[in-house]
Amino acid sequence: MQPPVISFKRLGQVFETAAGRAVTALDGVSFDIGRHEFVAVLGPSGCGKSTLLRLIAGLIAPTRGSVEIWGMPVTEPRDEIGIVFQRPTLLPWFDVLGNVTFPMRHKYGRVGEAERARARELLALVDLADFADKRIDELSGGMQQRVAIARALLLDPDILLMDEPFSALDALTRDEMSFELLRIWSERPKTVLFITHSIPEAVLLADRIVVMTPRPGRVREILDVPLPRPRSLATLTDPTFHALADHIRGTLFSRPAAA
Amino acid sequence: MSDTTAAAPETTLPETDAAPTAPAAGVGTTLLAWLDRFAPALAFAAALAVWEAATWVFAIPSFLLPAPSAIVAAGLATPAEVWLGHIWATLRVALMGYLLAIAVSVPLAVALASSRLLSRTLYPMLVVVQSTPIVAVAPIIVVTLGASDLPRVVITFLITFFPIVVSTVTGLLSTPEELIELSRSLRAGRSREILHIRLPYAVPHLVSALKISTTLAVIGAVVAEFVAAERGLGFFILFSTSFFKIPAAFAGLVVLVAISLALFRLVGLAQKMLVPWSLPKSER
Ligand SMILES: Nc1ncnc2c1ncn2[C@@H]1O[C@H](COP(=O)(O)OP(=O)(O)OP(=O)(O)O)[C@@H](O)[C@H]1O
Ligand SMILES: [Mg+2]
Repeated sequence: MQPPVISFKRLGQVFETAAGRAVTALDGVSFDIGRHEFVAVLGPSGCGKSTLLRLIAGLIAPTRGSVEIWGMPVTEPRDEIGIVFQRPTLLPWFDVLGNVTFPMRHKYGRVGEAERARARELLALVDLADFADKRIDELSGGMQQRVAIARALLLDPDILLMDEPFSALDALTRDEMSFELLRIWSERPKTVLFITHSIPEAVLLADRIVVMTPRPGRVREILDVPLPRPRSLATLTDPTFHALADHIRGTLFSRPAAA
Repeated sequence: MSDTTAAAPETTLPETDAAPTAPAAGVGTTLLAWLDRFAPALAFAAALAVWEAATWVFAIPSFLLPAPSAIVAAGLATPAEVWLGHIWATLRVALMGYLLAIAVSVPLAVALASSRLLSRTLYPMLVVVQSTPIVAVAPIIVVTLGASDLPRVVITFLITFFPIVVSTVTGLLSTPEELIELSRSLRAGRSREILHIRLPYAVPHLVSALKISTTLAVIGAVVAEFVAAERGLGFFILFSTSFFKIPAAFAGLVVLVAISLALFRLVGLAQKMLVPWSLPKSER
């Protein structure tokens, strides 16, 4: 058995609000994520999903417990992580290629021919090969989010953190992007933590689903998704898919006491 | 029955009307397009004509309100090299004050946006400086700094720099939180965060402030010349009025407006050439 890539050890996060009140965002969160596993974190708004992501990324320090990557507690941002946010947040003063190579320019101060070639490869991977020198505002929302995914992959991270990456997209684009992501993930296997509000999205994408409780955010349930890979449109009509989605819907909307 | 009789003329009315209005509508739209293009110039010309006519009809003396023709005549009566001397004197002070304001404001804005302590210490001071009527302080500055370009540049600087600082700080702080987190996750460092992300994000704000400040810079230079100068358009206007040469003073005013407009346009052009991405798509 391989050691986990990411493990949460009784992780707790308390924020002090501007009014001086303490808000417990996360409480006693413990679970592991294995190598090249695709884990979805599902939970209502404000249950601490983004906080969880910031903790793995080393952007904030936990109040209690720890996050470990390869068995080492996270104390600062690390190289093996790529992040995709809800909004693409591309830089309008660069073209598409400039945006994909931006992490290199930003981290090391220069972009070489090798990185540009790599960026072109990644653009081909996200199906935007012909858009390298387009301006950002010439792209649709879905295309912009693909550029953001390519940007996150530039430095070849082992871990990909995605915070509701498709929630700003329309329903059709969203489904299309889910399958795109699965294809990208099968071509470039990564350990993925995928945060979402959408039950079908979580079931379609993930190997395992972590369901969280609202305030304070705790792990309510961890579910294996026994659907075969590669997943396709047929997966959406699989009875297992619906059974699992219904089950999650049931737990999410039941009172914590009843769960 | 009454329904059908009432309906009958209604259905025929548009038909009879349509024949004559169709070509008229064509003329109407071309007229509209023409108006759309020339309306500003026409309105301007009309205003000048009304002004000219009013001065004749009401026999307004030229020391109260000179006619446009009198202003033009006065402008032409002053030799070109005299104009150029005054223009250069004012423009030099305005530009030096403006450039000094940019050179001070942008780093100051970066400092204010980077440190809460600095912004809490310096901001109140800046607001006090900004709230001081510069026109009232100008004579003091001139006495303190002596008779040279220096006090004039300082006065121009004081009028110009505040909007640039405030807009740049706003721009620096308007950067999306995600990009700052991206920067921190790459451990790129504070200076790269400011240089690669925050400053470019501040550019649209900075450019609007730079546009506003062109006018302020000209105002600053003129105010300084009102206090103490022997050259410049402000001096020329003051000098002309003191000899009741009101048309000449108005001519000086026209030149000042022209300079302000030219500088404003220049900043717009620079934006189009240097940072076209900061313009809305329609204006690129
Ligand atoms: N920097 C902060 N300071 C104070 N409170 C915070 C901070 N960040 C998050 N919180 C609080 O922690 C809780 C969890 O926030 P978080 O953003 O992690 O939720 P989320 O699950 O990502 O929500 P959403 O689905 O809406 O994105 C919220 O109650 C939020 O108000
Ligand atoms: Mg969130």
